[in-house]
Amino acid sequence: MTTRRARRTTRAALAAALAGALAACSAPGGGAADAGASADSVVIGVATEPDTLNPLLGYGKDGNSKIFDGLLARGADMRLKPALAKALPRITDGGRTYTYTLRDGVTFSDGEPLTADDVVYTYKTVLDDRTNNPAKSELDAIEDVRARGEHQVVFRLKYPYAAFAARTVLPIVPEHIAGRQNPNTGSFSTEPVGTGPYVLAGWSKGEKLTFKANPHYWGGEPEVKKLTVAIIADDDVRATRLRSGDLDGAVLPPNLAAGFRDDDGKKTYEATSYDVRVVTLPTANEVTGDRAIRRALDLAVDREAMVEKILDGAGRPAYGPLPLDDPFYAKGIDRPRDLERAKKILDRAGWKAGKDGIRAKDGRRAAFTLYYPAGDKVRQDHALAYASDAKQAGIDVTVESAGWEVIEPRMKHDAVLAGFGSTGDPDFGLYTMLHSSLAGDGFNNMARYDNPAVDKALETGRRSQDRADRKAAYDTLQRELVKDPGYTFLTHIDHLYVLADRWRDLTTQVEPHEHGFASGPWWNIEDWRPKK
Amino acid sequence: MGRLVARRALHAVPVLLVVTFGVFAVAAASPFDPVKAYAGTAALGADQETLDRLRENLGVDRPFTARWWDWLTGAVTGDLGHSAVMRQPVAEVIGERLVWSTLLCAVAFTAAVLLGTLLGVLAARRPGSPTDRTVTSLAYTLEAAPVFWIALLAIWLFALKLDVLPAGGLTDTASEQVTAQQVLRHVLLPAGVLAVSQLPWFTLYVRQGVGDALAEDPVRGARARGLAERTVLLGHALRSGLLPVLTLIGSRVPELITGALLVETVFSWPGIAAATVTAATAVDFPLLAALTTLATAAVLAGNLLADLLYGLTDPRVKLSEM
Repeated sequence: MTTRRARRTTRAALAAALAGALAACSAPGGGAADAGASADSVVIGVATEPDTLNPLLGYGKDGNSKIFDGLLARGADMRLKPALAKALPRITDGGRTYTYTLRDGVTFSDGEPLTADDVVYTYKTVLDDRTNNPAKSELDAIEDVRARGEHQVVFRLKYPYAAFAARTVLPIVPEHIAGRQNPNTGSFSTEPVGTGPYVLAGWSKGEKLTFKANPHYWGGEPEVKKLTVAIIADDDVRATRLRSGDLDGAVLPPNLAAGFRDDDGKKTYEATSYDVRVVTLPTANEVTGDRAIRRALDLAVDREAMVEKILDGAGRPAYGPLPLDDPFYAKGIDRPRDLERAKKILDRAGWKAGKDGIRAKDGRRAAFTLYYPAGDKVRQDHALAYASDAKQAGIDVTVESAGWEVIEPRMKHDAVLAGFGSTGDPDFGLYTMLHSSLAGDGFNNMARYDNPAVDKALETGRRSQDRADRKAAYDTLQRELVKDPGYTFLTHIDHLYVLADRWRDLTTQVEPHEHGFASGPWWNIEDWRPKK
Repeated sequence: MGRLVARRALHAVPVLLVVTFGVFAVAAASPFDPVKAYAGTAALGADQETLDRLRENLGVDRPFTARWWDWLTGAVTGDLGHSAVMRQPVAEVIGERLVWSTLLCAVAFTAAVLLGTLLGVLAARRPGSPTDRTVTSLAYTLEAAPVFWIALLAIWLFALKLDVLPAGGLTDTASEQVTAQQVLRHVLLPAGVLAVSQLPWFTLYVRQGVGDALAEDPVRGARARGLAERTVLLGHALRSGLLPVLTLIGSRVPELITGALLVETVFSWPGIAAATVTAATAVDFPLLAALTTLATAAVLAGNLLADLLYGLTDPRVKLSEM
């Protein structure tokens, strides 16, 4: 009797559990499917979210900020084009004065008109030492910025700076709002107001940002009315949510993007980049500072194999800091792997192989440590491949992983698998990476590279206004880097994006090292047109 | 009871003081650099001058004791300070997130206690039976499984394979309003995972407690009087067997908070967890101190709750004597 009753209870419990499970099944799982079949709303997933939406603190300094516009902007071909300025700047005084005339009738999303004072306020505040902008040094060339009337802004520079115009993609903020707050702690960071194609509708930190089209945008109201950017750090979870239909598009690593190749409703976009993986060879280290070792390493690494094996083909071998398709790339510096020549160079320089196959010279073993930031799979793979290539030439590379707080104090003596890449102008990435005056200055010139010919080329490239002169200077620089490779350049990484195929003729830009929602096919989402 | 609560609240003051002081001390000794955390990826390209300027502006080089005192005097007057890394006032950070973390934890905890009790009683009813063995071994397995692993598995099964529940977020990514219906659907998976991670403790405690109680004199007496098995089990054995579980409720709160931290991260749940991780790695003193105070308060409240429940259910314990 008791057992029977107990059994009945069990059965009832089981039935209840089953019913619950069934109910869960019939719950609208389709939230997924109807997430955004229409073309005027887009949901994308990216790995990182901006720290702040305040341009005064560094947001959107390279353009495509959605909420704001700079004086200039960049097209799909990376050429500068006018945005808040009516035309490209007038450059006078031998490259030291840049004059911009503002576009007429531009208003901020709160209805107030844009004036030259807003531009001056933005630049002055970024340059203020009290403003916590980590990228302030990018504007170091500015000596003074002034408004001339309501519609003109004049920049005076400390020295002629050819690449300056490319810095003026910096977003402009309204003085009448941001000027009333402390730029570091004010609410403008989370409640921004700009002139851009979108206005911020909501920001749930760590989860998502939502944007609404700005109906009064000076470039015409965007056809995509709603943009949602979901922040999903984990690659697998992002791919899962893309597959379930919760997302329309996402940035994905090559192996996960491959899973969408046969999906008819989705298209994969492969954006080339300046994002280079490179091994720093510290000058202060007696092994990595030796030119023969550097050249041997440069010849011994198999860049093509790295692209094939590590990047699944989504990348290109890096023969120097600039990618193959950059207009400033020096033709003819690409070189195949040549292990025999690497060995010959080492032999000639007196690095003789010991019993264990590792070379030595004057009692010093050809050995050094290579650090990579812990958790970065792509860099780890590069570091291991690099070590195994080096071993074949008789150089012993010990690969270790660590956090940046461990790596930083060791950068002077140990090699680091680093990532670099700034778009816009060769000066931006190269000067800070190679100029001897910046050796060991924070994260600038991490290898403490010191080559007078390179220094000279960097200065010519920075100051000359003549494009042919600049091209010649950067050619010299790239050839010098082949002769004395203080960094071993390995690969330029392509960024992969998968996106629902509902819009026409989407493009990608050549992308920098960082890629959040400012890059990818949605870099110009305000110009998207739906497929009919 | 009121006196007990008041006395405990008074005791909490020195505890909180020591805890916040400890947090400031530990954070000051941590190898993480608040300046780098503030600048984010921009730091990896910044020159020394920029880093030094930020260091000075953020005031991170002041001795931690001075910063603790500033924070404390501010907090007493209701000003929790500004979180440098979130670029928001601390009160705003917590205000936005606390409700979602509380919801997640409350749902998970309730589910874990109820389900744990149910399974524990089922298992204890006949020790050694197939039900008992299944429940017990399942409980041990779950106890050993890391919660983030369960979370990823749950996403794979329910979101990817079966496509019945959303894989993350508070609402569907595309939806603008936070509606109750959406939140309900989205809370199921993270709360379920969190509940499952807490479940084995309650199951095993209840099983043990009820099992022991079944062998005690009052239960034998009840059986001898011919009371129905159900009355014996639920009215006598469960009642005395639940006592140790009440202690468990108090002591599981810290575990619950840690579990919530991981679960929130995996499910992009916009709660306190993400903020805690960021605050810790960024050595963001004001935010870290506020969150730690909050967690400490939760643990103290959990213990108090356990004691109160004990006093209410166990006639041998008098609240006035505690």
